[in-house]
Amino acid sequence: MTEVGKARKRKEDRRLLTGHTQWTDNLRQPGMLHVMFLRSPMAHARITRVDVSAARDLPGVVAAFGGQDFAAEQGSLPCAWPVSEDIVIPDHPPMAVSEVRYVGEAVACVVATDHYLAADALEAIEVDYEPLPAVLDMNEALAPDSPKVHEAGNQAYTVKITSGDVEAAFRDAPVVIDRTYIQQRLIPSAMEPRAVLAGTDGDSFTLWSSTQIPHVLRVMLAVVTGIPEHKIRVIAPDVGGGFGSKLQVTAEEVLCLLLTKRLGKPVKWTESRSEGNLTVHHGRDQIQHLRLAAEADGRIRGLQVELLADMGAYLMLVTPGIPMLGASMFNAIYKMDAYEFGCTGVFTTKMPTDAYRGAGRPEATYGIERVMDELAAELRLDPLEVRRRNWIKHDEFPYTTISGLTYDSGNYEAATDKAMALFGYDKLRAEQADRRDRGDPVQLGIGVSTFTEMCGLAPSRMLGAANYGAGGWEHGSVRMLPTGKVEVITGTSPHGQGHATAWSQITADALGVPFEDITVLHGDTAIAHKGMDTYGSRSLTVGGIAVLKACDKVKDKARKLASHLLECAPDDLEFAEGVFKVKGTDSQKTIQELAYAAFTAHDLPEGVEAGLDSDATFDPENYSFPHGTHLCAVEVDTETGMAKIRSYVAVDDVGAVVNPLIVEGQIHGGIAQGVAQALYEEAVYDSEGNLLTTTMADYLLPTAMDLPDFVTDRTETPATSNPLGAKGVGEAGTIASTPAVVNAIVDALRPRGIHDIQMPCTPERIWRALR
Amino acid sequence: MPRMAITVDGVKYEEEVEPRLLLVHLLRERLGKTGTPVGCDTSNCGACTVMLDGKSVKSCSVLAVQADGCDVVTIEGLGANGSMHPMQQAFHEEHALQCGYCTPGMVMAAIDLLRDNPDPSEDAIREGLEGNLCRCTGYCNIVRAVRRGAQEMGQAVRTS
Repeated sequence: MTEVGKARKRKEDRRLLTGHTQWTDNLRQPGMLHVMFLRSPMAHARITRVDVSAARDLPGVVAAFGGQDFAAEQGSLPCAWPVSEDIVIPDHPPMAVSEVRYVGEAVACVVATDHYLAADALEAIEVDYEPLPAVLDMNEALAPDSPKVHEAGNQAYTVKITSGDVEAAFRDAPVVIDRTYIQQRLIPSAMEPRAVLAGTDGDSFTLWSSTQIPHVLRVMLAVVTGIPEHKIRVIAPDVGGGFGSKLQVTAEEVLCLLLTKRLGKPVKWTESRSEGNLTVHHGRDQIQHLRLAAEADGRIRGLQVELLADMGAYLMLVTPGIPMLGASMFNAIYKMDAYEFGCTGVFTTKMPTDAYRGAGRPEATYGIERVMDELAAELRLDPLEVRRRNWIKHDEFPYTTISGLTYDSGNYEAATDKAMALFGYDKLRAEQADRRDRGDPVQLGIGVSTFTEMCGLAPSRMLGAANYGAGGWEHGSVRMLPTGKVEVITGTSPHGQGHATAWSQITADALGVPFEDITVLHGDTAIAHKGMDTYGSRSLTVGGIAVLKACDKVKDKARKLASHLLECAPDDLEFAEGVFKVKGTDSQKTIQELAYAAFTAHDLPEGVEAGLDSDATFDPENYSFPHGTHLCAVEVDTETGMAKIRSYVAVDDVGAVVNPLIVEGQIHGGIAQGVAQALYEEAVYDSEGNLLTTTMADYLLPTAMDLPDFVTDRTETPATSNPLGAKGVGEAGTIASTPAVVNAIVDALRPRGIHDIQMPCTPERIWRALR
Repeated sequence: MPRMAITVDGVKYEEEVEPRLLLVHLLRERLGKTGTPVGCDTSNCGACTVMLDGKSVKSCSVLAVQADGCDVVTIEGLGANGSMHPMQQAFHEEHALQCGYCTPGMVMAAIDLLRDNPDPSEDAIREGLEGNLCRCTGYCNIVRAVRRGAQEMGQAVRTS
């Protein structure tokens, strides 16, 4: 039987389709109380008074607290990635005590018997603020006379990385492209709002949270609150999407834990969407300055990148590291002799930024893929031809790039050829020329994105070198039960990715057991006792391999047992389809029989312990490098400014595939989020630091009407860094698609002298650019 | 407090409710019908869509008292005898869900869409689902699932 590679329908679906769900907000505990937070209406202010007494007197209210009430025990929310020597990590109290630094920061809370009553009581809390100046623009924030977000100033850190002789690359370069792009701020918008339920038996604590990272969260809650780690159990039940936004240690998680400790009762908090738009960490928000030097034939000599990255008001779990995940990615799939990357992290009085699908790599890919199109336009070359002259050829792998990463495998030519054929590239170019000639008010643009990314986070050794606060391994264990059924325990924490299905496929093949006989357990630190959780397209390439390794250990043990029971040497056994057979005979034992024999332990060989189970960790030796070619055709109505995607082709190389159905779904959703950045989404703050896009009515998530059908296909060059050959797929679509769409829009408008449209490319922006 | 009667997934309930109580909170908090989730507070996302007397409504935008005397079907009441409704089955077959949070509302909206148009085109499906947001799938497989569900529901009608 071969399960790996099969488009298995998901095991997860039935529960989700019939409403048998365990979203955190669905959970109830006896005596459970409801928490609501009062949030700052000011971007920057000193808190001069918090009075919760009137709220305490209202019906149903059990308790009400201000920041002072937590000051002694709430600690500081953690930042696990101090990326530089000069980094400033300001104190980040979960509840503001003396100063607020963004609109939405929690300043008080109410605990009540019902969430309607809690909402009533919030109205009765009085807070006095002494306004301080908002700091909103990154360039102004760095000026010496700028008001300060924190006493130490508005610069969070600086990083400079140089490789090769940059000055020589630019000296007398025949072509220099110099561009500035803005990565607008985005709101991740997982469909399930965050929720936390915390309970205690007076000694130990259980915290259910809509999180991607139950394991990391447990460690961090212990560090922040001082509650010993072994007294904390964290459970991520069903989690409704994350996209990086639930890769966080949040104020609400810490405060709910402290509230249950203080009150001795279970407490639950569920955010409203408007609250979430204000206070779930935001994504992107960079000003990118790129300079590219090239020869007259289009070959790149060198690239200089200088970023300003908006941290928002505080450094959260991996805030400063996000731009750094792009540091080695601006050079992308291209060969060059010199590269320089600089980044300045800037504090502003806005919601902190942190991981959002792709995390640093979409930003880098956008910058380089936009500039490659500019280079092509400058030289009057086809954008794919310029790329072809610069990319690493398939026979040059493994290839160590100018930024120091070693790409293990890839075939950019094959993916591009396939994409061009599916897209009808030449025909669309002909139509474009025709429309230009005719002066058609609806112009056609063709956008190209030949991307790669580093994912499969990550080799622990490399994370250590980057000063990241943890490792990048993953854990898996496999236990065969007495009846021959199988439990797989994984340290990954799925929230839509289908690990239960994919890990079952891997296990079914490895052990020769039926797919249906396998259950995958995850997301509970008491069950999956080790793990590094789910983000950075790491789950399959690291966690899936850990499961595979655990299966191998189970098989090794089963072989010892079989050789003992069948009275042969281990090497005389052949294993196939779940059966150990003595070569050349009919003598055999199934793995299920061996599981039972290991359970009864009546007749075990010397040195073999009871039970057929095992656990393993996997730490990859290298990142993985998915790549692909995305082509987008956009029709731009020059009279209305409306840009409409006519066709979209994505050929992705994510290495070996465990489940093509899941892979295709990840690509679809990823593309949709990247398209959304290009066309629709932007978190907008006004001049006083108020978020204007607090609801889904203001923050434009694309609907089914706004997106086309995507044509997807794959090429397959296996990764060499793991035994499955998988590369990861969670972020690929998002990384690739944003520049493909914007390149198409700019391509349509280039004859009109336009070489950039600021994202999101709204009809108004396009219309104005044309006037 | 107003007293109201409501049938949810075939079970009759009589409840005393505050006039301000939303239908979705009656379902979730009082009746334990947590299969219907809440995704926003501006009736944009559609995650809380249920059938109210046979028509889809966003249950965050209906007061519980407005549903007095009504018949509500949620995602939990769609299937019969332990098997899924053809639309639920179609979502499974086409991998039209990932995290599954929008799914109950999406399935309800899809069924309602077929009431008006039993054989919708891709464009009609996209238009019909405009009030339901999904962040995971990019909608491609949802559109395919609704096509499949429509075909299977049509078959069911023809063969019955």
